Amino acid sequence: MGVAFDEMKGHDGEAIRPAYGELDRWLKEVPPDVLDYRRREAELIFRRIGITFAVYGEADATERLIPFDVIPRIMSADEWRRLEKGLTQRVNALNMFIKDVYGARDILRAGILPEDMVFRNPAFRPEMNGQTVPHDIYVHIAGIDIIRVDADTFYVLEDNARTPSGVSYMLENREIMMRLFPELFSRHRIAPVENYPDELLASLKSVAPLSTSKEPNVVLLTPGVYNSAYYEHSFLADKLGVELVEGRDLFVKDEVVYMRTTQGPQRVDVIYRRVDDDFIDPLAFRPDSILGVPGLMSAYGAGNVTLANAVGTGIADDKAIYSFMPDIVKFYLDEEPLLKNVPTWRCREPEHLSYVLDHLPELVVKEVHGSGGYGMLIGPSASKVAIEQFRAKLKSAPANFIAQPTLALSTSPTCVEAGVAPRHVDLRPFVLTGKKGVRIVPGGLTRVALKEGSLVVNSSQGGGTKDTWVLDK
Amino acid sequence: MRIRISHTTTYLYDAPPKTVTQVLRLTPRNHDGQYVVSWRIDLSVDCQLHQREGAFGNISHSFTAEGPFDELSILVEGEVDTQDTSGIVRGAVERFPPALYLRDTELTVADAAIIEFAEATRAKAGGDTLGLLHALMAGLNEDFAFDTEQTTVATTAAEAFKLKRGVCQDGTHIFIAAARHLGIPARYIGGHYCRTDDKGAQGAGHAWAEAYIDTLGWVGFDPTHGLSPTEAHVRVAVGLDYLGAAPVRGTRHGGGRETMNVSVRVAPTTWQAQSQSQS
Repeated sequence: MGVAFDEMKGHDGEAIRPAYGELDRWLKEVPPDVLDYRRREAELIFRRIGITFAVYGEADATERLIPFDVIPRIMSADEWRRLEKGLTQRVNALNMFIKDVYGARDILRAGILPEDMVFRNPAFRPEMNGQTVPHDIYVHIAGIDIIRVDADTFYVLEDNARTPSGVSYMLENREIMMRLFPELFSRHRIAPVENYPDELLASLKSVAPLSTSKEPNVVLLTPGVYNSAYYEHSFLADKLGVELVEGRDLFVKDEVVYMRTTQGPQRVDVIYRRVDDDFIDPLAFRPDSILGVPGLMSAYGAGNVTLANAVGTGIADDKAIYSFMPDIVKFYLDEEPLLKNVPTWRCREPEHLSYVLDHLPELVVKEVHGSGGYGMLIGPSASKVAIEQFRAKLKSAPANFIAQPTLALSTSPTCVEAGVAPRHVDLRPFVLTGKKGVRIVPGGLTRVALKEGSLVVNSSQGGGTKDTWVLDK
Repeated sequence: MRIRISHTTTYLYDAPPKTVTQVLRLTPRNHDGQYVVSWRIDLSVDCQLHQREGAFGNISHSFTAEGPFDELSILVEGEVDTQDTSGIVRGAVERFPPALYLRDTELTVADAAIIEFAEATRAKAGGDTLGLLHALMAGLNEDFAFDTEQTTVATTAAEAFKLKRGVCQDGTHIFIAAARHLGIPARYIGGHYCRTDDKGAQGAGHAWAEAYIDTLGWVGFDPTHGLSPTEAHVRVAVGLDYLGAAPVRGTRHGGGRETMNVSVRVAPTTWQAQSQSQS
């Protein structure tokens, strides 16, 4: 792995890239103590508004602040346009794939995907078989994780098609930046992201059941205050102007979903649900779930309610399926994929496994069904002991793992103890799909690995966030 | 044979619930060895039953009943003509290719002990799939004692195999886990069994497994009786495991403790006529 591409300085620190020209000048002008003061101010604001997340697997601190870096990550209008095209293509293919695996299953008949990778996949939901959804949209909200390795090359690292989170940070980061650095904003023309809630609401309403005659009633279903993303759920419900509900606030009667209100039951048409499939209806999935709505799948089956995202979308963001995404895009769209896929070894295949076992110190090995950066091995930075422990784990259940080369994620200037220094970043744009097609608010959540040299940007593993600017021209 | 089935599920509540929501898989469909002559579902409370075909092709009914009531009963009654097809199931509603039925579920994971049983059986039975499946069934039928006290609806195949006892659901789960481990698609069938000795009402329905053999298609195996289904078996619902084929899944909002009672009468229609003439 060579020196990473820097978003500001390019490959070998040659010249400042055009999109970063103003920022570079500003960084040179602004006195370090002012930058430091604003940085502490930003932290205070975040603490005051209480934007937190819970870290799983840590006994003490259940809730923690995600560090915010005040130096924005900037993309030119042109870069964004290319990315936008690639994301649109990718999400369209994901939706077509999901419709197919729960319907005609042409892709299996064509032999593009091994049957067992779908049928035996825990993320496949047999209960969705034959289910139709309005406008054939399953993934209404996708968070596609993008990394960049040079001026022209973007890779999709992960497709998050279940209940992707992080969009509240995109909105909050922008708001705080506008408050703290008005002068920096006045020197740039930045595409707005504040309209995301409006776009999301319009998308959600556009996929209401076809039988809905009045203005569709949208609610946001949360697992509750103990969920790590609860802050985001309440934040979004507030921004959307919709009710934030828990399972117990909803009930199903005669295959229609109602919300309990002080004025009596009120019909619900669209549920933006942030509860996982497993818990969403105890009569269809885990019988011990108390987070869901009993009978919801019957109402869904009758076409009387839309769930966003649909049940069973996890089959599309599964890490083993991911490795087939270039073929999936070609199969459904008959187009070359615009965004690259990280080369992936599927450890379920003996030849792939033996390569991976031979090259563990160079590779990133991930659990197929893991998320949040848990249970992964980053070969280059792992100790010998950790590698050997992982080897045993991998050998005992190879099908649970995939491996990828360690990619040099691009870096972006970041505030650190010693001043400003490059740190690795990724980007999660939020892709909305409604009746009228795909809509992506220009920007997304930039995550930054604050530790020097670290490639893990997950907030649960010491990552922070940045505001993401897409220049307007 | 014409079989008459009368299946009543009754819930008694300490305190009346506000609402009860249930999904029922209690309605059989036709296949080559089975023809449903008549069938009906009655609820003791006033509410609408919504019928739908589920993902596996089962007919399901859902309802939400609004309290208060102290008792709720679901009465299912009907007549089915059956034929012996040597356990081979053809003409059934199939919504998935056999490969789906290799899928593990929490209730049907093969643990080390089940794997050992499956592999030891294969070593003895040789390469013929049909022979192997019969050997699995015979092995379970011999080693496994029928016992309604030891297991619950949530008991896994591995737990039941360790106990070496349980009900038809448990034997079926173990059979499925073992067959899937050996790469043979297998599924759970919920239904009824018509006993040749009329002992009166039974406390539960019946369950057995079906496994897919390339040359024959789906073939039934009933580990409880150690035989392939005959004309005495009435097939009601298909699933990956008990949960997927469960006759009733439901929840309650409000109310105190509940007591459930199941009474199933399955008998050839001729007997019914006799018993009627005697009374």
